[in-house]
Amino acid sequence: MTDYINEQPTSNPPTRHDSSLLQFLIFSKIGAFTLGGGYAMIPIMEREVVDKHHWLSHEEFLDVLAVAQSTPGLFAINMASYIGIKYGGVRRGIVCSLGVAAPSILIILLIAMFFNAFKGNSIIEKIFLGIRPAVVALIAAPCLSMVRTAHITRYNIWIPVVCCILIASFGVSPIWIILIAGLCGFIYGKAKSEEK
Amino acid sequence: MIFLRLFLVFSKIGIFNFGGGYAMLSLIHNEIVEKNHWLSPAEFTDIVAISQSTPGPIGINCATYAGYTAVLNDGYPQWAAVIGAILASLSVLWLPFLLMLTISKLLLRYSKSTVVTTMFSVLRPAIVGLIAAAAILLMSADNFGSPTTDTFKFITSVLLALFAFFGTIKYKVHPIVIIILCGIAGLLIY
Repeated sequence: MTDYINEQPTSNPPTRHDSSLLQFLIFSKIGAFTLGGGYAMIPIMEREVVDKHHWLSHEEFLDVLAVAQSTPGLFAINMASYIGIKYGGVRRGIVCSLGVAAPSILIILLIAMFFNAFKGNSIIEKIFLGIRPAVVALIAAPCLSMVRTAHITRYNIWIPVVCCILIASFGVSPIWIILIAGLCGFIYGKAKSEEK
Repeated sequence: MIFLRLFLVFSKIGIFNFGGGYAMLSLIHNEIVEKNHWLSPAEFTDIVAISQSTPGPIGINCATYAGYTAVLNDGYPQWAAVIGAILASLSVLWLPFLLMLTISKLLLRYSKSTVVTTMFSVLRPAIVGLIAAAAILLMSADNFGSPTTDTFKFITSVLLALFAFFGTIKYKVHPIVIIILCGIAGLLIY
């Protein structure tokens, strides 16, 4: 099944003819049913986009992963945007990214309105008194699991520690940290590739 | 003009967001809570709790809710807050989209190159520091209660936080389950 789409040149999107509405709905479905977002969405997107609807070949999907990972922004949205762009240019890119974002925006808006109406309600306030410290812990927890995925060793542990101190104690904006870390990494990488 | 500022701030958050939803929380926290004071730390944690328990990318959920609350806190009516919510979420999206549109071929060619992989090998550890800083800054009296004036709330909060931390790290309990359990605990204890 997938071979048929492999034969089509990637630079020739007009041969693909599924409607914008269908794409919007499929991506809305993906957005509405994936808890946790991000990486949880990869297999679901691959099933829909490659296996079921043949919008992209498996190789093209791997390209999408590579681009989405090296672009700033939200991973799931980047995936959807680039799938759309690869399938049918700017317009489809917009359709797919709005598709994946739409359910989130709608659900959160409804919840926000609901909570606003119940602001100051003592039961809800009690519930959130219990939840708040847990959420802080849930934000701290990924730091430990990221030690492995970010390849933190005893030689580079100073990077997260220094960044953390700069932000938490000296009020440096995380944006500066990202800019400077990116720039240092870039220079280091340039030096490394010239060594070769 | 709150709408223009929402647009600028969330565009900035979108383009500087490397490293996923949690990294974005640190940016949102810095811009929305610390710099612009659109939300209190407690409101921010409430939003994170809700974003974690609803489907969709945490970053979008958070932007929508933060946009809504920011406009409302600024004294505008609800319909304006809805516009603010949609504006904030779309502002996050557009710059990365443009970037992909224009330089995707370059990204594809160089994504496995030494320069780019080395750059990310420095960025990723830095992002861990970013997230840790956000967590530390959120360990405030607003979220935990003050140890001197409200000792009971403080101790309860620390215990709940420890439960949540070891629950996810050690026993891999799903964050939603933890949030629900701690919500029930809050209702029973307070």
